[in-house]
Amino acid sequence: MTLITTPKKASKASDDVLKDASMTKQKDMMARHFDRLSDAPQTGAKVASTFVPGNLNELLMCFDLVNNLPEVNAIQSGLRKQSGAYVMEAEKHGHSEDVCTYVKSDLGMMAKGQIGPNGRRLPDPDVLLLSYTGCFTFMKWFELLREQYKCETVMLHTPYMGDGKITKDMVAYMVKQLKQDVIPKLEKVSGVKFDIDRLREYLRKSVKAEEDLVWVLQSAKTKPSPIDAYFGGIYYIGPIFGAFRGTDDAIEYYKFLRAEIEQRIKEGKGPVTPDGDMGKERYRLVVEGPPNYTNFRQFWKMFYDEGAVVVASSYTKVGGTYDFGFRHNPDAPLESLAEYCLNVYTNRNLPMRVDMLANYIEEYQADGLLINSIKSCNSFSAGQLLMMREVEKRTGKPAAFIETDLVDPRYFSAANIKNRLESYFQMVEQKRAGARSAA
Amino acid sequence: MLDVSGSATGKIVERCEALFGDLNFEAARAWKAAQPGRKVVGYMPYYVPRELIHAAGCLPLGIMGGGDQLEVIHGDAYYQSYICRIPRSTIELGVSGRLDFVDGMLFPSICDVIRNLSGMWKLMFTNVASRYVDLPQNFEDNVGGEFYRSDLKELVEWLEHLTGRTVTDEALRASIAVFNINRQLVRDLYALRAAEPWKVPSAEVYLLSRAGLVIPVEEHNAMLKDYIAAAAGQDRPMKDNSRVVVSGAFCEQPPLNLIKSIELSGCYIVDDDFVLVNRWEKSKVPTEGDPLLNLARAYLHDSLSMAAKYEPNLAKKGQHLVESVRVNKAEGVIFAMPSFCDPALLDRPMLQNVLKAANIPYIAFKYAENSGQMQPIREQAGTFADSIKLWSGA
Ligand code: SF4
Ligand code: SF4
Repeated sequence: MTLITTPKKASKASDDVLKDASMTKQKDMMARHFDRLSDAPQTGAKVASTFVPGNLNELLMCFDLVNNLPEVNAIQSGLRKQSGAYVMEAEKHGHSEDVCTYVKSDLGMMAKGQIGPNGRRLPDPDVLLLSYTGCFTFMKWFELLREQYKCETVMLHTPYMGDGKITKDMVAYMVKQLKQDVIPKLEKVSGVKFDIDRLREYLRKSVKAEEDLVWVLQSAKTKPSPIDAYFGGIYYIGPIFGAFRGTDDAIEYYKFLRAEIEQRIKEGKGPVTPDGDMGKERYRLVVEGPPNYTNFRQFWKMFYDEGAVVVASSYTKVGGTYDFGFRHNPDAPLESLAEYCLNVYTNRNLPMRVDMLANYIEEYQADGLLINSIKSCNSFSAGQLLMMREVEKRTGKPAAFIETDLVDPRYFSAANIKNRLESYFQMVEQKRAGARSAA
Repeated sequence: MLDVSGSATGKIVERCEALFGDLNFEAARAWKAAQPGRKVVGYMPYYVPRELIHAAGCLPLGIMGGGDQLEVIHGDAYYQSYICRIPRSTIELGVSGRLDFVDGMLFPSICDVIRNLSGMWKLMFTNVASRYVDLPQNFEDNVGGEFYRSDLKELVEWLEHLTGRTVTDEALRASIAVFNINRQLVRDLYALRAAEPWKVPSAEVYLLSRAGLVIPVEEHNAMLKDYIAAAAGQDRPMKDNSRVVVSGAFCEQPPLNLIKSIELSGCYIVDDDFVLVNRWEKSKVPTEGDPLLNLARAYLHDSLSMAAKYEPNLAKKGQHLVESVRVNKAEGVIFAMPSFCDPALLDRPMLQNVLKAANIPYIAFKYAENSGQMQPIREQAGTFADSIKLWSGA
């Protein structure tokens, strides 16, 4: 769901040494990764397509499989303003206008030659690793891809936390699937024998990056917040939610990033935006739901122009809820892969999601909640209106609701969103004034 | 109203119609009131193991949304316009007190909307025990089977907690037996319709299926038996209709008028996926041995195919539809799917490709449970029926 190219260099050169390091590093990592994918037909590397939420990057690496993430390709298409045409292409081929636009962007991209963000063709997958944590659409998505590619497809079913807990049976079910289905099939496709010590080693590396990621996300508790944990957060989660968890690259990236942010805190700075350092922090928000990618910059600008910074978001937890303490465990590798999948944000039931947002508002001292409801994403969207009311009731802080889509530009109405945000910020002001006069 | 006057099946259909139209679930309320301590457990589409509820002495109550007669006043405030109708009308049923006698609610893993509704129920109706039923997507006995068996075990414990009574294996076996009879009767009804569709109009089959969701299974069994006997011997005029299978309506239900419209436009529906829970297992679930294991195995190896259930074998994808066309001697498929239904609408292109390869004609349209305008559907289905005749004549 994430992994996008880094924002352009924004602030003065004098304090940019560390920032440059992390930005350049991510850009470079991404470019290398997409080239590795595009080169696969020549190098003979085998490619696995898989999804972000609950992805098993460390496991794929054990088989030397290169990780291709169709969601990330859809995001890239959105950012490059190509997804609209792809979605329409898929609709022309008989896909309903009602369904998830990520799927349609991917299918449309495929129909139009599968050109990746590096301008080169992305390879056909050798295997589809169908781990559909937190959303049923993933299952249909890969059934649709399987129909086209006719390649090996491996299902990993993650049970839902319907009752708000992970049981021993759930973990056992997943570990058994890994042992009996997933690993043998990946061995067959790759020709590489599974080595659990290799997996352990990767997981050890994951933990290091995970520690720094959590530090980065929680740095938003500082006032002013040195990061934007939604618009900026989407960049920060890129490597770890994508094809880099378990690599030295990810460790280094998060180390650099952390150092940069430490520096920003020291200097009392707010987040970096595409237009440079953000001005005075006026509003601190918690955001629920994915962003819009077709008008990403424009959308973000509506926030930073008003001095609004997002201090916590649920979207940056779709690839893992590390801030609640989960870390991959090299001593129980398969169990820990299972627990990782079980823990992702959309695999948590609605009461858990409400708790999480209400707690974020308290812990990050936010002024309120903003929900960006995505037209094509039932997984996130169904129930959000109730979530909004519950969070408002619990925290006493105002909430607002806007509607866009991830990658379908037809559902981004800038004027409406801007109006909605403006009245929301006024509401926050009124609430503050009310609180001051009551005090 | 169906025209049932004077027909041998008339009385039964009238009763079913009354049950269908009763949005207060009076029959279920009466069942509960008849004996102190009785409990009612509601469930959503597509399937839950009703045997467990029955064995716990409760009434399983199938809730398929509010249909086209329910005025949705509060429900819309809970859902954006781009989400299907069934969750909002179900919330309406809850908020308006129509489900206030329901003690427990089960939400099967059909899609993200019903999944999230399970959490909404927990937040909104705190006095109701509600539970998500996670159905396996791995179909190996020692993997998905064991997981589902453990899920069933937990469900039994949940029911024991709800009712304060122990659910024995013996009671479970007896419940499996009574539901085996029910499923066989529903299959017989479907077979009768496929053989002589003019004797068994689909609107009647549908009403009979729906009745099974809101009355005790024993009563439903008697009703089915009586209807089948009466319908088989009944003389109704045979029309020169085309024979079609309807696919995609496994969750939010089409309005009854839509089913009637399809048949009025010159199609006999010879198979459908309207109320899958009534015939989910394709043959008898064994009544000897571990009842939970038997139910788990039946789910894995002997249940129907539908969009929310993964098909591990590409070669088998969509073949259930081709098979249904063949067995029921259908001439085409009508894809009738709820608007905004991801599972159905994402599945549709794959099913269409399978039909194309098998040279089976199809048409597709969307509906909502409260769709009122049937003219376009009648026209589309009518043109389809005519074109089928043209093709078969050519
Ligand atoms: S429905 Fe939502 S979570 Fe699922 S694939 Fe689409 S965008 Fe992702
Ligand atoms: S109609 Fe479709 S999308 Fe709506 S709840 Fe049912 S299965 Fe889910």
